[in-house]
Amino acid sequence: MNAPTRVTAPASAAVGSAGRGNRLRRSTLLRHLAVALVAALLLVAASYGLEPFRNFQLATVAAYLCATAGLTVLTGLNGQLSLGHGALMATGAYTVALTQGRFLDSGVTSGWLLVVSLLASVLVTVAVGAVIGLAAARLRGPYLAGLTLAVAVVVPAVAITFDGVFGGEQGLSVPVEPPPLALGPYFPYERWQAWLAGAAMLLTMLLLANLVRSRFGRALRAVRDDEVAARLAGIHVGRTQVLAFVVSAGCAGLGGGLLAVLAQSVSPGAFSLTLSLFLLMAIVIGGLGSLAGAVWGAVLLVALPDLTHSVTELFTLSPSVAQRWEGNLPLAIFGVTLIVVMIAAPGGIHGLLTRAGRLLARRRRP
Amino acid sequence: MDRFVFLTFDGLARGAVYAAFALALVLIWRAARIVNFAQGAMAVATAYVAHSVSTATGSYWLGFVAALAAGLLLGAVVDVAVMRFVGHSSPLNAVIVALGLVLVIQAVLGIVYGNEFLPAPAPFDRTAFTAGGLVLLSPYDLFVFGAVGAVVLGLAWMFGRTAIGLRMRAAAFAPEVSRLLGVNVGGMLTLGWALAAGVGALAGMLVIPTELGLHPHAMDLVFVSAFTAAVVGGLDSPPGAVIGGLVVGLLLSYVSGYVGSDVTPLAVLALLLVVLLTRPGGLFAGVAARHV
Repeated sequence: MNAPTRVTAPASAAVGSAGRGNRLRRSTLLRHLAVALVAALLLVAASYGLEPFRNFQLATVAAYLCATAGLTVLTGLNGQLSLGHGALMATGAYTVALTQGRFLDSGVTSGWLLVVSLLASVLVTVAVGAVIGLAAARLRGPYLAGLTLAVAVVVPAVAITFDGVFGGEQGLSVPVEPPPLALGPYFPYERWQAWLAGAAMLLTMLLLANLVRSRFGRALRAVRDDEVAARLAGIHVGRTQVLAFVVSAGCAGLGGGLLAVLAQSVSPGAFSLTLSLFLLMAIVIGGLGSLAGAVWGAVLLVALPDLTHSVTELFTLSPSVAQRWEGNLPLAIFGVTLIVVMIAAPGGIHGLLTRAGRLLARRRRP
Repeated sequence: MDRFVFLTFDGLARGAVYAAFALALVLIWRAARIVNFAQGAMAVATAYVAHSVSTATGSYWLGFVAALAAGLLLGAVVDVAVMRFVGHSSPLNAVIVALGLVLVIQAVLGIVYGNEFLPAPAPFDRTAFTAGGLVLLSPYDLFVFGAVGAVVLGLAWMFGRTAIGLRMRAAAFAPEVSRLLGVNVGGMLTLGWALAAGVGALAGMLVIPTELGLHPHAMDLVFVSAFTAAVVGGLDSPPGAVIGGLVVGLLLSYVSGYVGSDVTPLAVLALLLVVLLTRPGGLFAGVAARHV
């Protein structure tokens, strides 16, 4: 994890030779830890300031962020397009549901069970991701997209085929323990959810941010930009691609597991092809090249349905018509935005913001 | 034995539809090196047009013709208004834009028609003839074979025997040289998109009555099957697409007949995986390479 200190040494030496005060700037790990700490404090503060529903939304953003960040590593940095991440999230969600159910059946109760279930969901998705990743490493562009699309379409069918295990169309409920008593008897459940998902998200982001800055991260980008050159530079292309898929699958599994915990249920309908498309939309609109783009994407995923809901409420529509608009308008807006972003601003929101920032900086410094 | 015969005919009828749909994918791939992931959604949109026209006029066939016309138009519009502006820096760009189209089309259909299943009538009887105790084909199956066969022959004639087909092939194969020789390359590309979407619309009209009904997501699984068919045949080869379609149709029919219809999506995934891992260029790649 700490490889960057060695490899980025020349670059950071050029930036700050002044030494001591720049220690934070020089060590990627320390800098990321500091950012994570600040983010954690902000999250806790926000969770006290927000009303319960907003806390739930915050938790949902955190859950999505695990998945979009993982997908950014795969698609944005490694150039492998996956339409199957909704299916991987489903894998994580069902794993959490099944493990939690098993615990409940055997009568074990402890606050740590949830952590164990979430770890199980990561491990299972990592295994599934390794299988798909092995196939993916041999495929290019549209072929990989087609294969992962098939995965996304087929996985809900699996849940329905083996309905004895997965509960068919209705899915499974996820029994979750209340917040620990140490937090006080009246600790709001939504705040607990925000903490839980926030902690998992921060851990994921910290690991991914360091990974992206490491030697492996550079290998990822090298493979994306030019496979032949990467191979000539001694990078094992296939291994890099499989690893990228495994890492990103694990993140998706964690995100799916968190979603299951938040909703306290899983069903095939929640993990349809549309979810997979949404994840891709989110990272493209957020900005493909960086983890910051994944943050924007995750926020969009939660905020957009809410926004369109308030827009449709402005018009007096009959209930059935309003329902049609409400369900479909976010889809349409996402689709149109995606096409426009892809054609006009391939850097996404993050790209636009950095460009605006650079323009401002240039104007200030003549 | 009689079950096997029935499943075979049923599979061939299904396969004919996949073949037509795979052919549409192959047409765009040959013209623009794009796999049109929006093909299914576009076909569903034309089927909704057919539904509207049919309910307004009371005639199935007017709706059928309207669907084909809407397909041609939609294909041309998608090329002229969207795909032409997509950057070619990465092959992912076109795929992502096509997926955006999927969302837009499905959302608009959901807003206009609702997300419920609408009934989709078949123009002919779907109960099969029996001969000597063997269950064979339904009149509707014969209609499917006839329609797909006519399209395949028509396309073969157009690409092989007409000047416009020659120009389309030239524009796809060597755009720069064709442009110098006076071929309207952009126009040929738009024509390719229109033709492909028209064929896709036909496939949609043929398959939707045999599925649950008309729904914005009606073609999702059909698209995956057709993509598999196109990959089995190699994305570059129209005859390969037809054979691939029949292979996929037969496989799905046997699996759903002998194992269970719930398992067919898994069978498609397995076939796609096996073909991609063993012969990513398709089963007919070698033959196609020699032709070009």
